[in-house]
Amino acid sequence: MNAFKIPIGKAIEMLIDFFVDHFSFTTKAFSALTEHGIRMLVDAMMFFPAWLMVLFFSGLAWYLSRRRSIGIFALLGLGLIWNLGLWAPTVSTIALVLIATFFAVLIGLPLGILAALNRTINQIITPVLDFMQTMPAFVYLIPAIPFFGLGPVAAIFSTVIFSVPPAIRLTCLGIRQVPGELIEAADAFGCNRCQKLFKLQLPLAKQTIMAGVNQTIMLALSMVVIASMIGAKGLGGEVWKAIQRLQPGRGFEAGIGIVIVAIILDRIMQRFGSQTKAKDV
Amino acid sequence: MEKIRVENLTKIFGNHPEQALKRIAQGKSKSEIFAETKQTVGVHDASFTVNEGEILVIMGLSGSGKSTLVRCLNRLIEPTAGRVVINGVDVTALPEQELRAFRQQHLGMVFQNFALFPHRTVCENTEFGLEVQGVGPADRREKALRALEQVGLKGQEDQLPSQLSGGMQQRVGLARALALDPDIMLMDEAFSALDPLIRRDMQDELLDLQDRVQKTIVFISHDLDEAIKLGDRIVLMKDGAIVQEGTAEEILTNPANDYVARFVEDVDMSKVITAESVMKKALAMAYYPTDGPKTALRKMEKAGISSIFVRKERHLEGLVTAEDAALAAKRGDKNLDRIIQRNIVKVTLDTPAIDLFPLLGQMSYPVAVVGDDDRLKGVVVKGSLLAGIAASLQTEENDA
Repeated sequence: MNAFKIPIGKAIEMLIDFFVDHFSFTTKAFSALTEHGIRMLVDAMMFFPAWLMVLFFSGLAWYLSRRRSIGIFALLGLGLIWNLGLWAPTVSTIALVLIATFFAVLIGLPLGILAALNRTINQIITPVLDFMQTMPAFVYLIPAIPFFGLGPVAAIFSTVIFSVPPAIRLTCLGIRQVPGELIEAADAFGCNRCQKLFKLQLPLAKQTIMAGVNQTIMLALSMVVIASMIGAKGLGGEVWKAIQRLQPGRGFEAGIGIVIVAIILDRIMQRFGSQTKAKDV
Repeated sequence: MEKIRVENLTKIFGNHPEQALKRIAQGKSKSEIFAETKQTVGVHDASFTVNEGEILVIMGLSGSGKSTLVRCLNRLIEPTAGRVVINGVDVTALPEQELRAFRQQHLGMVFQNFALFPHRTVCENTEFGLEVQGVGPADRREKALRALEQVGLKGQEDQLPSQLSGGMQQRVGLARALALDPDIMLMDEAFSALDPLIRRDMQDELLDLQDRVQKTIVFISHDLDEAIKLGDRIVLMKDGAIVQEGTAEEILTNPANDYVARFVEDVDMSKVITAESVMKKALAMAYYPTDGPKTALRKMEKAGISSIFVRKERHLEGLVTAEDAALAAKRGDKNLDRIIQRNIVKVTLDTPAIDLFPLLGQMSYPVAVVGDDDRLKGVVVKGSLLAGIAASLQTEENDA
C-alpha cells in the first residue's frame, strides 16, 4: 500500500518553495513594515506607566460597554496582571490581537459581502472556509516562517488565516438574512446594487457582522497564544516558556492573564452588538 | 387618457418557459402544465389598460397571479413574454439603468407587509426614494414631511417603524411612495394586513387622498368589498389569466363565467353583511381589576353610554351597567367584582348581520364583537346595524 505514496506533502512543499523563491521578498518587506507597526503600537502603550494604562483601559472598557461592572472587572483584572509582572507581555498580546483582527476584518468583510451577493463566489468560498476551520491551527505556523521569518509577523499571518472565517461567514449570513421584501422595496424605488448594499443590507447586517468580529477576536486571541511557538511574544510566550522550564505556577499566571484579556474584549464586543440592536429595534 | 397598457403579458416561473408556452397554446391548464413540465404559470396572456387618474383593482384569490402581474409592471419580476407600455414607453424593453430611473420617476409602490426599513426613522423611510435619486438632504426632508402630512403622520417623523401600529406603518409606506410624487402608484394588497376597522379607515383615506392628488393607481386585492369600494374598474383573475374586466356593476350584474358568478355570489346580503361590517368602535372600555365603579362611571359619562365593556389584559371580561356602577359607588366598592356581568353575548367577526337582529331585540346593551383571541374588536348597537344594512341594500338596488 505504501509502495506509492500520493505526494500531497511534496506537492505542497514544492508550491511553498516556489512562492518563497519568487515572492518572499515582498512578504519579507511586508513583514518588516508590519513589525515596525507592531513595535510602534507596543512602544506607544509602554510609553506610559503601567498604572496609567490600567486606568485608561478600564475607563475605555467602561465607556465602550457602558456598564460599570465591566469597568470594575477590567480594573481589577488588569491590576492583577500588573501585579503579577505580566504587564509587558499583556500589552504585546493585545497589540498582536488588535492588528490580526484589523487584517482579518479587512479581508473578511469584503469577502463576506462578495459571497453574499454572488452565488459562484459563495460556492467557492464555503469549502475553503470549511477547510481552513478544520485544519489544525498548528499547521499554519509552518509555512508562515519561510515567508515572514520567525517572529510576530509570522504569528499574525497564521492568526489572520485562523481567525478570518467567522468574519466572512457572519458578514455573508447577515447580508443574506435581510428580508426579501425589503430588498424588493429597495428595488422598487430604483436602488442600484451599491445603494442597496450601503443603505439597506450593511446597516441591517451590522449586528451579525459584529458577532462575527467578536468571534474573530476570540479566535485571534487563542491563535496568538499558539503562535508563541514561532516567536510571538506576549502572554502566550510566557506560557511557552513555562512549559519548557516546567513551571506550572508561572504557566497558570500567564493563563489567567489570557483569560482576563479575553473576558474584557468579549464583553466589550458583546455590548457593541446589543447596543446597535437596542438602537435598531 | 390611457396611462398603462399591458399587452399579452405572460410570466412562467422555471427554467424552460418555452415548454410551458407551447402547452398553453394547446390550451392546457395550469396544473396540467406543472405536472408535465415543472414550470409554474404565474400570469398568462394578460391584456388590459389603465386610464390616467383612475383606480384599477386587480382582484383574485391567492395564487391567481395578481401579485406577479403587478410586479411585472415595474419589472420586479421579469415577464417571460408580452409588453408593458407606460406613458408611451415600452418598459419591458428598457435597459437596467433606464429602468431604475423610470421606477424612481413614475412608479411608487406600497407593499402588503409594509416593507419599511427597520433601521430608519419614519422620516428617513419616507425620504428613501428621494435619497436614492440623489436629492439633497434639506430638499428631501421637506418633501418627506409634506408627504407625511398628507397621510396624517405629522409629528411622528422621528419614530422608528417598530414603534408604530400596523395602520400607521402602512401610512408610512404610503408616504414613502407619495414623497416621490410618482404619477403611478402600485399597491400590492396594501391594506390586507390591517385590522378590519383600520382597513376601512385607510380605504376611506385613500379615496380622500386620491381626490386631492389624482394618481393612477393599480390596487391588488383579494377582497371583493374592497375592490367594489375602491375600484373605478376591476380586473378579475383566476389561475394567472384575466377572466373579466369592467366596472363593479358590470361584474356584479353580468358575470362573464361561472367562476366570476361564484365569486360575486358572496355578495349575497345575508352573507356579506357581517358583524364586522356593521360594528363600530367601542367608545370607552373599563379595565379589570384596576378600574373601580367610580372610574367606570366616569368613563361612561364621558362617552355618553349607559353600559361599558370591561377588559382584562387583552380579552373581554364582561360588562358593567351605569346603574350597577352607581349603586356600587354608593356602597363604596373598591372594584367591579360584585357588579360585573360575565355572562354576556359575544359574536365573532363573521357572524351574519341577520343573526344580530334577534339578539339586539332581547338586549338592553350592545353586542360585543370579538376576534379569535377573544379580544373586543367592536360593538354593534341597533342604530349601526340598521345603518349598515340600509347602506348595503342601497348598493344592491343600484347594482340590480
